[in-house]
Amino acid sequence: MSILKVNNLNAWFGEHRALNNIKLSFDSNKVTALIGPSGCGKSTFIRCLNRLHEETPGASASGQVILQGENIYVAGVDPVRIRRKVGMVFQKPNPFPALSVFDNVVAGLRLAGIGRKSILRDVAEKSLKLAALWDEVKDKLNQPGTSLSGGQQQRLCIARALAVEPPVLLMDEPTSALDPISTAKIEELVLSLKKEITIIIVTHNMQQAARVSDKTAFFLLGELIEFGDTSQIFTVPKEKKTEEYITGKFG
Amino acid sequence: MSPSVPIGDVRSLSSGTLINSTKKATKLIRNFTLKRDVHLADKIFFLGLLFTSFLTVILLASIGLFLYLASEKAIAASGWQIIFRSLWDPVRDVYGVLPVLYGTLVSSLLGVIFAVPLSLGIALFTNELAPKKLATIVGFLVELLAAIPSVVYGLWGIFVLVPLLRGSIQPFLIENLGFLPIFTGPAYGVGMFTSGLILALMITPTISSISREVFRAIPHSQREAALALGATRWEMMRLSVLKSAKAGVFGAIILGLGRALGETMAVTMVIGNRAEIVASLFAPAQTMASVIANEYTEATSEIHLSTLAFVGLLLFMVTFLVNSIAHLIISKITKKHTGTF
Repeated sequence: MSILKVNNLNAWFGEHRALNNIKLSFDSNKVTALIGPSGCGKSTFIRCLNRLHEETPGASASGQVILQGENIYVAGVDPVRIRRKVGMVFQKPNPFPALSVFDNVVAGLRLAGIGRKSILRDVAEKSLKLAALWDEVKDKLNQPGTSLSGGQQQRLCIARALAVEPPVLLMDEPTSALDPISTAKIEELVLSLKKEITIIIVTHNMQQAARVSDKTAFFLLGELIEFGDTSQIFTVPKEKKTEEYITGKFG
Repeated sequence: MSPSVPIGDVRSLSSGTLINSTKKATKLIRNFTLKRDVHLADKIFFLGLLFTSFLTVILLASIGLFLYLASEKAIAASGWQIIFRSLWDPVRDVYGVLPVLYGTLVSSLLGVIFAVPLSLGIALFTNELAPKKLATIVGFLVELLAAIPSVVYGLWGIFVLVPLLRGSIQPFLIENLGFLPIFTGPAYGVGMFTSGLILALMITPTISSISREVFRAIPHSQREAALALGATRWEMMRLSVLKSAKAGVFGAIILGLGRALGETMAVTMVIGNRAEIVASLFAPAQTMASVIANEYTEATSEIHLSTLAFVGLLLFMVTFLVNSIAHLIISKITKKHTGTF
């Protein structure tokens, strides 16, 4: 069943058109990988899915993004409400430096107006366990979030995104700033999380896409070239461009 | 008095840290000349730079020394009690500096209290909300405030602010909040409250432009982290900007406070110049800087002159102290948050 549907999505940076009539649909509890060379629009695309794209000065988007039956690109939709339903993890770990590990995890809940200590404590533990970080940080919940290692910080950011229980999680090259061991941990995490949540992950690393995703979409120059099952894309791509990219002819 | 004091004197007079740094510097020079094979030009350049940086230290110390020597007579006449006495009577030649110390601290504090919300508002608006062009214009205009000579602020205070306060604002506050001791008494127009307002205006450019720089240094990814969690713009500013910028903003406020403590001309023109400690903020007062500016040319007795020098020394020490405490607190905050700030 598709949880998120994109129709005729266009995005601009000023006059420059970054996305061209994208049509794509994401299934529940599946991991979809977005691949393509730098500047192909894949990051812009996922930033449209939680309406973060428009926060860049001069950026704009048009088209339909239907999240659980609701088009989030019509007038009157509050992007703040949408962003609570679509979590996001960024390329570089970005915990709030002024907040402790605990406060980082529950930051989203506090924004949503939940302040009960007992609830916050339960959710923090649950989210940190989901993010496979609990055992490593349970004794340093009061230390600053930035005191953790890079890989731990990224899992902290994942826990922070999961704490508000969004149905969809966007990951924008979540391992590109991490070492191989931390990368492997995050990949494991992605696989275990799909029971709970729909994941859309942008990656530069094609092995990663092959390892973690069920579906893969290949972007090039702002166009969606091919979308299909990951096994099919990496073995018998239909498009010549896709084949050239995954065999390393360009990009 | 000539500022050229031999190094030896400075060393014997100044605090332990200076002696320490002098020792360190001597060691540094020795290391530099012995351990490293350097070109002559480098050596000359190094010594030249060393000289210029030491010059500032020597100047600072010699100003302190001058003030101390000049105020010796006042201290000899009434002892250290001079600090705690609240009588300032040039006619009988009896002086206590408590009222002017109080005046400086309270007027500066008022200035900071008024200036902080204004400055943070400006900094947040120009950095986070305003379109680029508007932000540039607003930023430029605010910084222009810093370029206005303080005597012009004083004139504006006398001709615009004082009548306005006397005519409507102070009577209103006295009538409605008069149960508070700080809003009692007649509405003079001039006084502590007015100088607080003028000072706020004068230190706003300092606080807002430094805060703005601090905000600008916060990585964009911090803001996106908050937005992606479902923060509104205000929540984003609170979570990603203000919380991370605490130390920097505190530093900006202290710099503003430092400027307010020493501000002379504008304050002298609107504070009313009466050396008394009164609870009401609407009453005339006197600051350390304004008493020196007001009375120095008319001071005839040696004790009077010497007391004014002592006031100068006190002002010097207060600003020194404020800055030192600020540095201490900033380094503590910075240590606590091991992040970007």
